[in-house]
Order: sequence, then structure tokens, then C-alpha cells
Amino acid sequence: MIPMIEMQNICVSFRSEQQEKVFGASRKQVLFDVSLSLPKGSCLGILGESGSGKSTLGRVLCGLLKPEKGQVLLDGMSVYRSRQGKRALQNRLSVVFQDYTTSANPRFLIRDVIGEGIRARQRREGIALNYEKEVTRLLDLVGLEASFAGRFPHQLSGGQLQRVCIARAVACKPELILFDEAISSLDTHTQVQIMDLLKELKERLDLTYAFITHDLTAVTYMCDNVLFLYQGRVTEQIAVERLAETKDEYALRLLHSIIDFEA
Amino acid sequence: MLQRFLHHKTAVATVSLVLLVALIGIFAPWIAPNDPLATDIINKFAPYSAEYPLGTDNLGRCLLSRMIYGIRPTLGLAVLTMLGTICLGALMGLLAGYFRGWIEEVIMRVVDVMLSFPSQVMVFAVVALLGVSVQNVIIANVFIKWAWYARMIRTGVMQHRNSNYVLFSRCIGTPERFVLLRHLVPSIASDLAVLASLDVGWAIINISTLSFLGLGVQAPTPEWGAMLNEAKNVMTSNPTQMIVPGIAIVVLVSAFNLMGDALRDVLDPKEVSE
Repeated sequence: MIPMIEMQNICVSFRSEQQEKVFGASRKQVLFDVSLSLPKGSCLGILGESGSGKSTLGRVLCGLLKPEKGQVLLDGMSVYRSRQGKRALQNRLSVVFQDYTTSANPRFLIRDVIGEGIRARQRREGIALNYEKEVTRLLDLVGLEASFAGRFPHQLSGGQLQRVCIARAVACKPELILFDEAISSLDTHTQVQIMDLLKELKERLDLTYAFITHDLTAVTYMCDNVLFLYQGRVTEQIAVERLAETKDEYALRLLHSIIDFEA
Repeated sequence: MLQRFLHHKTAVATVSLVLLVALIGIFAPWIAPNDPLATDIINKFAPYSAEYPLGTDNLGRCLLSRMIYGIRPTLGLAVLTMLGTICLGALMGLLAGYFRGWIEEVIMRVVDVMLSFPSQVMVFAVVALLGVSVQNVIIANVFIKWAWYARMIRTGVMQHRNSNYVLFSRCIGTPERFVLLRHLVPSIASDLAVLASLDVGWAIINISTLSFLGLGVQAPTPEWGAMLNEAKNVMTSNPTQMIVPGIAIVVLVSAFNLMGDALRDVLDPKEVSE
């Protein structure tokens, strides 16, 4: 299968906060030689503990952070090399963040929150959409009533707001959606509901998912492939069905912890 | 928010006082009992009377009328100064805070230079350079004050630029204009309103100071600082002439300062310690 998006030998480092010398420029490397590929229509889980660099990887993937080394290829075109590449990525990618409380501008009505996605689609496709109708359709798509459009983000529960964020992400008609810990801050019951919704949307809209999380159960529920990230390095990439055969130490530890928990 | 505003006594009192003063200034021709420029030399230094409710000055002009007309340049110029300052400061702060990189470096180094001069001296220098006129006083005040605002606004913008809703906008390629005007400007607007209302007081004092020194509003235009200047020669023989504009300045500036504090409490309830 031809990969839709591909990352080749990505290295990222940040300037350290505490420098040894006055004008020191020592850097802390966060990602080491990360490579991954994401075929169209698949769902890749990126699994790692806190500080493993998975959110940084997400930033690189959605075009917000230019890596020092390596490149991100979208259908063979380099994203960070040219303006067109970046534009192409922006047109095809959308994102849902972990912290739903800051995901929506608190001064916007839900209508305007989703409207931003709709506007992006209008601009790209050069068409005029019926605003109200489109908002209602999208809210319906994520299982919310049309009356939510006139509310403010703080008047919604976490699960509802995360659904709004998904509606917003879908509104710009992307091909690829990146979920940065999108379900981690919800309770288990809501998590399952949201994941079911995502599965359904994936089928209906023919989407590709990249799923950043620290929750192995969620990954096995949603994804086709898993990529383990440990201290900035990819330790293993494996299909979900073959997860039991993993040799990777960190993956094994995670697996055991779940088994212990369930036993 | 309106509810919280109405419950805050200081906010209601100061805002209504300021609005009242502004209205009196706007409707000055209908409210003032006399022409503020008409001299009546026979009646100079007149005490309180029905014709001149607060007496007259050294040229026999009605003090109350002059004070009422004086609202226009005093308050009007102060508000104009603040508008100019905020526009310039907000623009620079937004650019520096949002785009970062070399744009930020250039703007912030200019700001550092501006802030390292004593502000009064800068005002005098600008007025001396451009000539004595009202217009130049405003330019001078905007010129020294914008840097201060640029720095405040940059900090505010930097807090919000990494919030998830801005990141989402950048991810899907929303135009920068939309991000700046719809996301960032409203986020810093309340901070800005508080700062601005505090600083209107500063602007009033500054303009009055310059007028007092003869560098701002010129005679015979009634301006409170200029009125004080005229009154200083007759300070002992006719103290009313000095007390009237003096108290007016003190009251209005205090009202603006209190209003700034009160607005902060109203707009940001987290700041109130209770």
C-alpha cells in the first residue's frame, strides 16, 4: 500500500532551559530518528508514556514544528520544504486535542467553533455552504442536538465538548485526523462512546487516523497498527493482532500492567 | 457580567461619574450659563452670584462655563491619546507576540530603547522638536506610551498563542488575520480595557501639565491645566480661580483610577481575593 503520509528520520531538539554557560546553546534532543508511515484508510496508534515525545511527534505531523533533520512526506511531497507542501497538509489534515477546555475559544458560540472548520472548507473548495444547515448536519453527525449551536463551550460537558471538537475537525473535510490524547481526559464510559463515534465516522467519511495516546486499551480498540515510542525512539511498530508477539520491553511492561489490572 | 457590574458599587459610581462628565462636556453649549470666552473686565474676580455661579477669573470670564467647556479638550484629548496609544501598542504587541522570530526582536528592542528614556523628558523633547501645539502634545504622549502597551500586549498574546484553539486554527490553515482578530484580540481585550481606563487618568494629568507649562493647549481655549496656569498669578488674591479647575482634575483623575481598579474586579473575578 502507498503511504499517504510518511515521516523519515525525524530528529527534534529543544534549547535547554538551564544553560551551563551564559550564552550556552546546549540542546535537549526529544526525538531520535523517528520514521513512520501511514497508509490511506488506516489507523495508527502512537503509544508512549509522558515525556516520550509523542506530543512533539504530533506537532511535527500536523505542520506546527519544523524538525531539524528528516522530512515529512505527504504523497511524496515534502511538507516543510515549501509553502505549497505546508498548504497541502493544512488542506488535508485536521486535529483534535486532549484538553477540551482550551480547545474551543471560550468566547465563541458552538456555532462559531464549528464555523471555523466550515470556513476552512469553503475557502479551499471555493463554495458557499448554508451555514446553519451545515452546523446542524455536523452536530447531528457527532450525535448532538441542533440546539447546542447557540451555547458557549463552558455550558457543555467534557464529552459533549469533545464531540464538538470532533465535529469541528470533520467540518473542514480532512482526509487525515490527528488525535492528540483526544480521549484521555474523559471517563471510561464516555471514552468508549467517543471511540465508537470515531470508528463510525472513519467508515462513513473514509478517513485516516493517527492516534496519540498512553492508553493501550484504546489503541487495541481503535487501531490497526501500533507504534511504541520510548524516550524519543521508536522501539517497535507492530500490527494490533500481533501485539501478543511483541518483543519490546516497554510494550511488554504495558501489556503486563493491563493484565495485572484486569486480574 | 452585567449583573456583576451592577453589584459593584465603585464600578457603577465611577462609570456613571465619568459618563456624566462626558455628557456635560458634549452638551456644554446648553449647560454653561455664559460664553467661556466672553470677558467682562468690570466684573473681574467676582464672587459667587446668580450670573456667575462660581465667580469670574482675572479677565472676568465665567469660571463655571470655562470649567464646563474645559471638559472637551481635557477629556477629549486624553481619550484621543489613549486611543492612539492602544492602536499603535496593540498592533506592535500583537505582531511581536504572535509572529515571534526577528519581528519580535526588532519591535522589542525598539520598545526597550523607548522605555529607557524618562517619559516627561521625552515629551518635552518631542514637543520642542515639533513645535507647541495640541496635535504635537498628543503625538508626544502616544510616542512615549505605546512601547509600554506593546510590551503588555505581547505578554498577553504569548499566553494565548499556544492555546489549543489557536493551534487548531494554524493546523487547518486559517488566515492569520482571522486568528489575530477573532481569537487573540478578544482574549486580551479585557486586560486592555482595564489598563486603558487606568491610563486615561495619566493622560489627563500629562496634558494638563503640559498646558500648565504653556506647551499644550493655548489661551484662550479653556483647558483645566491652562486654567491653573492663568490662576497661579492670582493664587493668593483669588484662590477660587485655582481651586475650581484643580478640584475638577483631581476628581476626574481619581474617578478614572478607581474605575480601572473596579473594572478589573468586574472583568476578572479571579483577581478578587475573598
